[in-house]
This record gives sequence, structure tokens and C-alpha cells, in this order.
Amino acid sequence: MRIVEKAQLMSAAEIDRTLQRLAHEIVEKSGGTKHLALIGIVRRGVPLAQRIAQAMRGIDGVDVPVGILDITLYRDDLSKVAPQAVLRSSNVPFGVDNMDLVLVDDVLYTGRTIRAAMNGIFDLGRPKRVRLCVLIDRGHREMPIEAQYTGRNVQTSDTEIIEVRLREIDKEERVMLVDRLE
Amino acid sequence: MTYRFRDLLALEPLTADELRFLLDQSKPFQEIQKHPLKKLATLRGKTVALAFFENSTRTRISFGTAAARLGADTMNLQAEASSIKKGETLLDTAFNLNAMKPDCLVMRHSASGAADYVARHLDIPVVNAGDGTHEHPSQGLLDALTIRDRLGTVENLNVTILGDIRHSRVARSNIHLLGKFGCRFTLCGPSIWVPRELERIAPGVPIRCVYKMEEALENAHVVIMLRVQTERLNDPPLSANDYILLYQLNAERLRHAHRDAIVLHPGPINRGIEITPDVADGPRSCVLEQVTNGVAVRMAILYLLISGASESGTHPALEAKAAPSEAAKGKPKESANAGD
Repeated sequence: MRIVEKAQLMSAAEIDRTLQRLAHEIVEKSGGTKHLALIGIVRRGVPLAQRIAQAMRGIDGVDVPVGILDITLYRDDLSKVAPQAVLRSSNVPFGVDNMDLVLVDDVLYTGRTIRAAMNGIFDLGRPKRVRLCVLIDRGHREMPIEAQYTGRNVQTSDTEIIEVRLREIDKEERVMLVDRLE
Repeated sequence: MTYRFRDLLALEPLTADELRFLLDQSKPFQEIQKHPLKKLATLRGKTVALAFFENSTRTRISFGTAAARLGADTMNLQAEASSIKKGETLLDTAFNLNAMKPDCLVMRHSASGAADYVARHLDIPVVNAGDGTHEHPSQGLLDALTIRDRLGTVENLNVTILGDIRHSRVARSNIHLLGKFGCRFTLCGPSIWVPRELERIAPGVPIRCVYKMEEALENAHVVIMLRVQTERLNDPPLSANDYILLYQLNAERLRHAHRDAIVLHPGPINRGIEITPDVADGPRSCVLEQVTNGVAVRMAILYLLISGASESGTHPALEAKAAPSEAAKGKPKESANAGD
């Protein structure tokens, strides 16, 4: 199998601008930020959530806590895709009861990750509201799940992959559309 | 990194990296112990067979709790109420349990090597929950996890182990794990329980046997107590009072240890025999943290072994496993993971 890069969807500057916009949208639509908190989904949702929180600090000094959630244990495909998936630590340093949570992830695809994340969240307590923010929505949903805040919608075929590279994890910063050729 | 074995039978064959991986993988499960809702569905539909041919309360409940919190079901075999009393062999019992199609077997047995022997004849992961005087790997891991949480590291520590070390599988698992991280060991107790040949059980690991308690505790970072099996106190002609006089861990003696020293005990504790209540309940004691961490470590073990084995037959450890051996001849071979 060969991986071929077909197009660059976002540059570093575009990612940055998009996150700024998403931060503004979330603050604007939240009706108060007192109970607002972000939950980054491991792995690339975590730096995205941290950057959105950073951007919110620039908006009237809104200080929003950020939690980290690893959904591996909540997946519905144990052993089918990745046997012995390596667990990473979750860290949600605040009580989620009655909080206004925004889940943050890089790519929304089948919706199964978000389904798993909601199971994880509800093991921690009962939030007042849960919304979803993603950098890229590439379609092909298998669950009744939609994002309230989307960086960009991208039409994809199911052999294509969206590659999000973030400097915190990948030492480079861009979003690519790549294809798997058999 | 993944765990490369199908089973968890002993810590001795594992490398420092593999041991660190097991400790790291226990961390997410430690967090789950703090959740208001502790039950996951990760191993839903899987079954863990718990076969305790030797009595155990804590370890059996700990593995049972770990399985339950992962969403797995358990089947329980306890020696007293089972067909072992009616003369069934260990292997026959194991084949019968396996015929009920569990996804993993957790077993304890009074014979050293029993888990290894059973594992060679089954095609599901086997976890050794203590075999004779050989090893108790999950206890070794939970002790190391507790030490790492309290002291920030498991590397280059002075570890003193006190009590009946000759008969202790816990001591062996501790030495095989912590020894790979550069820890130095001092073993102490009545000489019949601490024979000098123990200094050579882990090649390359500095181990010394000392018979005076104050000397053994000198500058210790970690003090691991073992339960004194009071029924064995008559074996060396030593009265409980003499034992207390010579080897009881009390606050006075603990002053010889490093000022940040911690005290571990695998339980059950004989208060007033090997340890005084003020030490057992004091700020250095990690006894209850060990119990909490035990569930996390066992969740990690069950998760890794069962999720690894579900790759029906392609798990590398399966191929490394010996083909059906002599002792298995004539026995029907159960197919692995029939549920997949």
C-alpha cells in the first residue's frame, strides 16, 4: 500500500486563524463562560484544546480549564483494529458535574471516537451540556453525531485520509489530504 | 511498545523497558479508581477464570474487581469447594475450566511453576497470581507502582525486605523487578528464613543478607515487610516473643531508615507481631495504597493480555509457545478465543 499526498488543506497560519475563530465562536455562543471547560481528545485534540483555551485568554481574559481524555478504553473495536492499543493518561482536573463542556478533536469522521468520549465523560459525572468542536469534518458519519464548531468541512472518499500535523506532536504544522493506493 | 508475552507468569524474564511499560499502562487505571463511576465496558463479553488452588482473599477479590471494572465476567474456582478435593489433577481442572471458554485464566497454586505448567497446555493467556515460593508478579508490579508514586522513582533505591524471605514469592518478584532498575537489597530475618544463597537469586543484583535489624534498616528508602506465618514460627525454634524482640518493625527501629523511607506490606498484617500498629497506620505506611494500586495493576494486566490475545492466533507470543507437548497428548486441544 502506498500513501500519496494529494493536497494541502491548511497551512500553519490557516490552522492558527481557524482556532482563533473557533475560540471566538465558542465564547460567543456559550452565554457565559463561568462553567465552560474544554476536553481535548488524545492525541491531537489535546494541543488543539490548549490552543483554543489560549486564544480565549485573549478574549476578555476568559480563563477556561482544559482536560485531557484518552478514549482507548471506551472504544467499540477492542482488538479489531489495534490489539493492545497503548493507553495514555487522561487528566480532567475539574469536576464535570454541571459543567458546560466542549469536546475538541482534530478530525470528525465516523463519530465513533466522540461516542466513546461521551462514555468517558459520563463516567466522570453529569455535565450540563456537551458540545463538539473539530478542526476538520470529513463526513462519512456512522453515528448520530454532529459538531457545533467546525474549522473546515472537507468532502472525502473513504480511501482518503486527513493528516493533521501539529507542532507539539509532529514537529510540523499543516493539514493534508492523502490517499491510500492498494 | 507492546507486551510481547501471551501470559504473565513471572517478572524475572521481563526487561526494564517492559516492566516500565506495564507500570505506565497501570496509570490510566489508577485514575479510574478515582472516578465516581468505575465500571468500563472495555472487556464486555470476555470472561476471566479465577482459579485459586491455594487460599487467597485479597488477590482473588482484587482480580475479580479488576475484571468487573473492565466489564468482564468471572468464573470462580476455589480449592476447598472443588473437585480437586475429589482427586482431579491440576491439568484436568484447567482443561475443564478452559472448556467453558474463558478468555484468560488467573491462577494461584501452592506449587512453584504450576502456572507455567498450565500455560504450556492452554491456548489462552494465563496470569500467575502466586505459585509456591516462585513469584507473585502482580504483587511485584503493584509494589513498584506504589513506590514510584510515593518516591517519584523506582531507580537506585535501597530496599530492605524483612521476614520469611526463603518462602516468599513476593520477595522474589520484588527483587526481579526492582533489581532491574538498579535497586540494592538488604534481606533480614531469622537466619533459617534468610539463607545466604538468597544473595545469588538474581545475578547482577546487589543483595546482602543481614541478621541485625537496625543494620538492615540503615539508610533504607523502602522497607518491605512480609507476613510472618505464625504457623511457621515453630519451624525455627523461635517464639513469637523472641521474634518481636528481634525483628518487629517499630517506630524506634524505623528511625534507622532514610528520613523519607516508606513501608510496604503485602498483607494480611499481623499487628503486634512483625509490625507495630503505629508504623502500620503511620504516614510512612503504604499498605492501603498497595491495595488500591493492586486493582489498577490487575486491570492493566487483564486489558493487555486479553486485548492482545484477541488477535486470534496471530499474537507473536502464541507462535513462540511450544507446540502441544508430551503431557498434553491425548487431550483435546481447545481452540483459542472461541468467542471471536
